[in-house]
Amino acid sequence: MVTDRSKLGFYLLISPLLLWLVTLIILPHIGLFAVSMSEKVGVREYETGFGNYAVFFNEPLYWRTFARTALMSISTTVLTLLLGFPIAYYIAKLTRGRTKTTLFLMCLIPFWVSELVRTFGWMILLRETGILSNFLQYIGILAEPVEFLYNDAAIMVGLVYTSILFMIVPLVTTLDSLDDSLIEAGYDLGGSGFSILREIVIPHAMPGIVSGCIVVFMLSLGNYLTPILLGGKDSLWFTGLIYTQFITRFNWELGSAFGFLLLGLSSAVVFLGLKLSRQSLSNTMGR
Amino acid sequence: MPFTADLVCRDLTKEFKGFRAVDHVSFDVPQGSFFSILGPSGCGKTTLLRMIAGFQFPTSGDLLIKGKSMIDVGPNKRPVSMVFQHLALFPMMDIGKNIGFGLRQRGVPAAEIKQRVGRVLERVGLPGIENRQVSQLSGGQKQRVAIARCMVLEPDVLLLDEPLGALDLKLREHMKIELKALQAEFNTTFVYITHDQSEALVMSDNIAVMNKGKFDQIGTAKELYYEPANAFVAGFVGDANRFEGKVTAINDRLVTIVTDGGITRQAQAAAELPIVGQRALAFVRPEAIQLSKTAYDSATHPNASAQIVDSVLFNGANSVVLLRDPQSGETLHAGLPQTGDFLGLGKGETIHTNWHATQARCFVAEGH
Amino acid sequence: MIPTVPQSSAMKWSYRAYVTLFFIYLALPLTVVCAFAFNDSLFPSLPWEGFTWAWFFGNEAPFIGVFHERSILRAIGTSAFVAFWVSSLSVTVGICNAFLFVRHDFRGKGFLYILMLLPLIIPGVILGISILVFASAVANTLEDATGLWFDGLRPGLILVILGQFSFITTFATLVISARLQKFDLSLEEAALNLGASKWGAIRQVTLPFLLPAIVGAGVVSMLMSFENFNTTLMLVGSDAPLTIAMFDKLKLGSTPVLNAVSLLLIVGSAALGILSLIFQRVKE
Repeated sequence: MVTDRSKLGFYLLISPLLLWLVTLIILPHIGLFAVSMSEKVGVREYETGFGNYAVFFNEPLYWRTFARTALMSISTTVLTLLLGFPIAYYIAKLTRGRTKTTLFLMCLIPFWVSELVRTFGWMILLRETGILSNFLQYIGILAEPVEFLYNDAAIMVGLVYTSILFMIVPLVTTLDSLDDSLIEAGYDLGGSGFSILREIVIPHAMPGIVSGCIVVFMLSLGNYLTPILLGGKDSLWFTGLIYTQFITRFNWELGSAFGFLLLGLSSAVVFLGLKLSRQSLSNTMGR
Repeated sequence: MPFTADLVCRDLTKEFKGFRAVDHVSFDVPQGSFFSILGPSGCGKTTLLRMIAGFQFPTSGDLLIKGKSMIDVGPNKRPVSMVFQHLALFPMMDIGKNIGFGLRQRGVPAAEIKQRVGRVLERVGLPGIENRQVSQLSGGQKQRVAIARCMVLEPDVLLLDEPLGALDLKLREHMKIELKALQAEFNTTFVYITHDQSEALVMSDNIAVMNKGKFDQIGTAKELYYEPANAFVAGFVGDANRFEGKVTAINDRLVTIVTDGGITRQAQAAAELPIVGQRALAFVRPEAIQLSKTAYDSATHPNASAQIVDSVLFNGANSVVLLRDPQSGETLHAGLPQTGDFLGLGKGETIHTNWHATQARCFVAEGH
Repeated sequence: MIPTVPQSSAMKWSYRAYVTLFFIYLALPLTVVCAFAFNDSLFPSLPWEGFTWAWFFGNEAPFIGVFHERSILRAIGTSAFVAFWVSSLSVTVGICNAFLFVRHDFRGKGFLYILMLLPLIIPGVILGISILVFASAVANTLEDATGLWFDGLRPGLILVILGQFSFITTFATLVISARLQKFDLSLEEAALNLGASKWGAIRQVTLPFLLPAIVGAGVVSMLMSFENFNTTLMLVGSDAPLTIAMFDKLKLGSTPVLNAVSLLLIVGSAALGILSLIFQRVKE
């Protein structure tokens, strides 16, 4: 079928793709890496080297923030999976027809709204003069206003809230495709709820679990709004450091190095997740 | 000596919102027999089977396996296993893991599981396929693996939910014979549901015909075929010509009917004797109809008539000729023996038919 | 664990209670944001001072409502402008990509497909800074070489549009490819067989079939563009889109005007989202 005309069509179709990928994805990342490898020695004078990366490893504030961001993102991912799985299972397996559509829609709507609005909601709820503090005083648990904002728990609440949809949607999709008769067969052969979950439901849902975890981890790692607004100025989130280097300090070289480290971490976790679960990127994300 | 029934159902009833899917069904299945429940789709047979398996909770009635009530026993604790309609083999496990699943749940040691899985695979004729994936098996192999997965647990009763439905015709014919052989090999009680009468007739020791939530008749294949209990069974089991009309005379058990087309037919009353003037149905099997090129004496042959050939459906030994009555336009189909006499029979020819009244069955029409 | 398997009612009810709690958790922040848009107070917090529309229509300081707040109105306009260009570009490129990946086989297809998926797993901040760095480098080089100014490559709306486009295109491609994969090629062959030209067949048969996905991708792109923060933050110039403008205000201290804007955003996004779902259902 390789006629001249279809060849022309092929080139017409592939050029926007290449233009997009090369100018907006590939070249910028090469550029980012190049900048991260250049050290400023004088005005408009640069040398190539690992100096910016050395700065990162020699300054405890930087690498501790990095580690803290990674650990909290991992906790967010695990928490989101634990909280989201029962909900996804409920929607996929225990409801039918209209109820199912409604519940699913109720999950979706909050995520069509800007993350800023969602975070703003949590600020109104959690701050010292907020709803939670007032409510707890009203029912007599607290004697005076308490600040629930600006701590790690608040960051986690916000991060889980912001990313849970991206766990629930892929889980609902994969669980929906699990035939009820497989679960029935498991019971029929003497299985208990737990063993069926472990041997049948979870193996089947694995692609959904992996893609959910990858997206949630990445979103948390790269999040800026939630940690800054709910965790306060000293929330020590790595994207905050990048922002500071780029916009406040105008030290793009160090900022690029930070950016590359974050990219390296997120790619490594995605790669590990795919390898451990024996899934491929196209299978888990390309749906 | 009272036989030991493996499975007993007493007045089992299941109601859904305003609809009774299973209506006071009672039966028992003796140990080691092949019991089929035959009925059209929507008759309640699947609901009944799922109640036995424990996936539906009966509205009322009792269900006993080996004499013990199963009503409060969960599906994972019942000594029954089920072969699902689409087999429900676990795609996330290999064959060995699939068959070993039930044993693992019971906490059987790994070495023993391995041994028992190997043995059951040998018995179903698939030795050594433990490490294969489900997707690598053919339809018939999957079928046998599904049965092996149940049989390795040595259940008291094996339930089969139309497992042959998804197979192509040739494999289905083959699997009928194989299922029967497997049942004999394991000597386990099989309860088999199907809408395909030939599956039920070929394999079963006993068949229950189910219609609208009720059992219309329980009996052997022969009994259902030759002594149907009502009009539904007569029409559903096997092939039959059906006439409807008004009863004009009754002589002992011999009923005379005049059909709506004005043809007089005689048939033997099957159960309830109709009253003159009542509407009734008569059934006659295609193979009971005799064909002749010369006219029968209508005085001694009350069911004799001349018919015009509409078409000949050649199908080897199962060939059939479709006939039409020149007066009433009523149609009739008759078995066409391929023994020579009627080989040249063609459309439009006239042929004479007759059957013995004792080979036709008459039932009172319902709702009259 | 499925309806056909009997379960203890304690288990059933605690499961239901958990699901209910979860949905309360989901609804809580948005409800609170909406409710305080009507509080007759200068701060979006308790105590409740009474109901007012002032935060929407008020025009006397300090009660300046959304519809009289210039900076917010301008930010909404900027966001709409960005969203329009991002969704048009993404959907156009998405359609091309879908046809390329579904209809063509070529060397390196698998590799290109993975490359196409990559923006999904690159954090938005990184996309932002990499485009910022690259665009600046190009601008510097060009300015050094020509002596002209290249303001389009400096932080500003063009970079914001390009930055958002760089990852939203992947979503558009996935949505449209999924639908194109379901297309029965014989329909197009039938059109060709009945005398249509190749382009005519695509225009009259294939594109109408793709329409629900195209509309869906368009709406998703708009919503994503409107709510994007991370990438935009790094590329924004003097004209701030809505989320950035709100963020700047929020850092200074929150007023119920923000609640009012948020309420409008919630209603707008939900309406747009639900409309596109209904449209897709009707078409499919």
